[in-house]
Amino acid sequence: MSPDLVVERPEGLYCPPGDFYIDPWRPVDRAVITHAHADHARTGHGHYLASAIGAGVLRARLGAIDLQTLDYGQAIVHHGVRLSLHPAGHVLGSAQVRLEHDGRVWVVSGDYFVSGAGDGNATCAPFEPVRCHCFITESTFGLPIYRWRPQRELFADIDAWWRANAAAGRPSLLMGYSFGKAQRVLAGVDASIGPIVVHGAVEPINRAYREAGVALPPTRLVSEVDDKADFRSALVVAPPSVAGSVWARRFADASDAFASGWMQLRGARRRQGVDRGFVLSDHADWPGLMQAIAATGCERVIVTHGYEAVLVRWLQQQGLQASSFKTEYGDDALDAATDAVEPSPP
Amino acid sequence: MKRFARLYAELDASTATLDKVAALRRYFAEAPPADAAWAAYFLAGGKPRQTAPTALLRQLACEVSGIADWLFEECYQAVGDLAETIALVLPPADGDSDLGLAVWIEQRLLPLRVQPAEQQAASVRDWWRELGTAERFLLVKLIGGGFRVGVSKLLVQRALAEQAGLDPKLVAQRMMGYTDAKRAPDAARFASLIAPPQAGSAREAGQPYPFFLAHAVEGGVDDFERRLGPPSQWIVEWKYDGIRAQVVRRAGQVWIWSRGEELVTERYPEVVDQAAALPDGTVLDGELLVWKDERPAPFALLQQRIGRKLLSKKLLAELPVRFMAYDLLEHGGVDLRERPQHERRTALESLVQGGPLRLSPRLEAATWQQLAVLRAGSRERGVEGLMLKHRDAAYGSGRTKVDGVWWKWKIDPMSVDCVLVYAQRGHGRRASLYTDYSFAVWNRAPADAAEAQAVVEAIAARRPAPDPKDRSVLQLVPFAKAYSGLTDEEFKAVDRVIRASTIDKFGPVRSLRPSLVFELGFEGINRSTRHKSGIAVRFPRMLRLRQDKPLHEADTLDELEALLSVDR
Repeated sequence: MSPDLVVERPEGLYCPPGDFYIDPWRPVDRAVITHAHADHARTGHGHYLASAIGAGVLRARLGAIDLQTLDYGQAIVHHGVRLSLHPAGHVLGSAQVRLEHDGRVWVVSGDYFVSGAGDGNATCAPFEPVRCHCFITESTFGLPIYRWRPQRELFADIDAWWRANAAAGRPSLLMGYSFGKAQRVLAGVDASIGPIVVHGAVEPINRAYREAGVALPPTRLVSEVDDKADFRSALVVAPPSVAGSVWARRFADASDAFASGWMQLRGARRRQGVDRGFVLSDHADWPGLMQAIAATGCERVIVTHGYEAVLVRWLQQQGLQASSFKTEYGDDALDAATDAVEPSPP
Repeated sequence: MKRFARLYAELDASTATLDKVAALRRYFAEAPPADAAWAAYFLAGGKPRQTAPTALLRQLACEVSGIADWLFEECYQAVGDLAETIALVLPPADGDSDLGLAVWIEQRLLPLRVQPAEQQAASVRDWWRELGTAERFLLVKLIGGGFRVGVSKLLVQRALAEQAGLDPKLVAQRMMGYTDAKRAPDAARFASLIAPPQAGSAREAGQPYPFFLAHAVEGGVDDFERRLGPPSQWIVEWKYDGIRAQVVRRAGQVWIWSRGEELVTERYPEVVDQAAALPDGTVLDGELLVWKDERPAPFALLQQRIGRKLLSKKLLAELPVRFMAYDLLEHGGVDLRERPQHERRTALESLVQGGPLRLSPRLEAATWQQLAVLRAGSRERGVEGLMLKHRDAAYGSGRTKVDGVWWKWKIDPMSVDCVLVYAQRGHGRRASLYTDYSFAVWNRAPADAAEAQAVVEAIAARRPAPDPKDRSVLQLVPFAKAYSGLTDEEFKAVDRVIRASTIDKFGPVRSLRPSLVFELGFEGINRSTRHKSGIAVRFPRMLRLRQDKPLHEADTLDELEALLSVDR
């Protein structure tokens, strides 16, 4: 039996024949980065390899790094391992890492978005199923209660909420992570309803998206809004860290909402303490996980961050060889922290 | 059903009273009366009758969604609500139903009850296919009998009153008994809730009045003079720990209503006998109490009467119930509620004194400090503290403060410092957080911190617990569960500690390496053969997290038992 192409190490997921890491959480010499979220892309590595289209956001987040890029589908060979990156549909530049060595193919999917409702992510290339022997999958929403509604219904809800608030003269403060979620919201809403104002943590990411050719509606920073009366009909997009902050106080009578897959549950919505919870996720739902795994044609699955134990047991019952890796992914707090330290406008 | 599901979602999503009232008004304005009748019934706290076992619904959900029972259980643990779990795991609907709530209840759900299991299953499967997630959630709640909604009856009454242009109190009065499960709501009953006021109409003879509810008085006694004025302005009585009730004497009959608007006449025949002596056209407000040795007995004894429908002579002799009257709402058929408290009190005294019903005594004192001394003796008398009623206050409706206020000045709860030993996930908004806790005290005082630490290590090493009676071996004895009293932030912090200190998981319960001390408050304490500790406490809740207290300074079983005598 050929040795595993990816193993767990204290530093992160490691490819022994290629001698490199994938999304390591401790500093290493060579790191392949699936996408620029803080729990996957960390500072301090010697050399970075990532998708070309995601280079802008990666640099926006990590600053000056030694970065080599690949177009989706373009392959390089390193120590006999043939490596290529394939769209994961999660955020701009997100990639699955395909590794081929000695006739064996493994795919590390990072975070990916596949919805049972058949939707894609309008802000990046759609998830591409890649045939492989072993598929390493996330399990953030690895329970059958997570089933995303069709996106058009969801955005119709967001638009209706915004429209009703605008009619009542109150701002609509929609909170979601500044990288990925915010742009998804911007690309999905009906921008004709009113002006769109974004937090200072969101705009640099918007810029990177626009530079990569992603169409987003016009957005303004608070400091760029001359007539404060514009707030009354505005959609304000900001990271969750603004809740209860001085920054948010200027929209004091706003209706607030939170966009996240976690909003699927009543309990989570009520704990969040906002007026509305919109179920919008950049991760695969349960049917999406099942579809993605089936589409790889794999015989073996390794499950990371989320409901690992549940998904492993379920896949085993479906006749697959399944196990899990313990990783340090899936920590939203990291992204929340990134959002918080980024400069906010006066 | 769709309209009601939308209303439910709006009420569930909002925390603002105005939004809730607006949503209710919109619903009542749009819904056909037959549907509105059922909606008002459920919203006001009427319970749906369980028409199929929840185990059947759960099993069906697994079948329909093609998942194993263990996977369903994982989902349930994450969601914390069975109906919501079922609604979420089911595959998307392929049909659409526009049937109204009344049709759903009367023609579909109620008939389900008498059907064989296979037919029930077939019906429920079909219904699920024509409903969206929100409606499925409601459907399962209604079938399973577990429907609850985050809206107070007062709010429902207010919305109905605003919609119909009526006084909310009139609606409240008409609504009394509306949620009695023995009478199904219908369009006609709903119409009578919101009909224009009819002067001099003969009300249904047994109708009680909406209860006037008391508020807790905050702050120290030193401030009472400034805030409340002199005690002479107040009628002061003991606060009883029984069942709040109204005794209605009209048309030659007696009705007893509990505060939950439940008609409980048959359960207290001795009170009915005593109330029969009252003149027609009388309504009394007061408290039902088990009365022994010329004083109120602990609530635990009353509890043994509450659930009983069959009353043996022995039970009636052992646990005699008395009605302690403290207000007169109707006299000679005249509604006295707008009259000042002192007038009602005088009329009550002349009506009840010397009769078979008991009169709640007035406490006289010149100063608030003197009253505080009386209050301090509450436990010895088997009462919970004092009630303060302004002499000029009218008898209001519900929790309103517009017509004057009744203050309850309760004694501070008994409390002990105890150790968190087990945790369980919460429900509803606290699902997936560990918020339901079990607490323990030491079986004897630890000699020092090291001895306590050795017990912690033994627990962490999963060594079996010794017999708590054996005082030579130090150990922690669980005695109470509590799930309230902390803020959301505190719960989150404790949740993190729990996850980090878990020793074992038994289903939803985690056993913990003891590390946290809490001050636990409770209202009463009794011996119990059902608990390993031999003790049962009433209304336990967390008063605070004692991060300043090391484990070995937590209280002991002896200290707990000492409270038994105080409470008696």
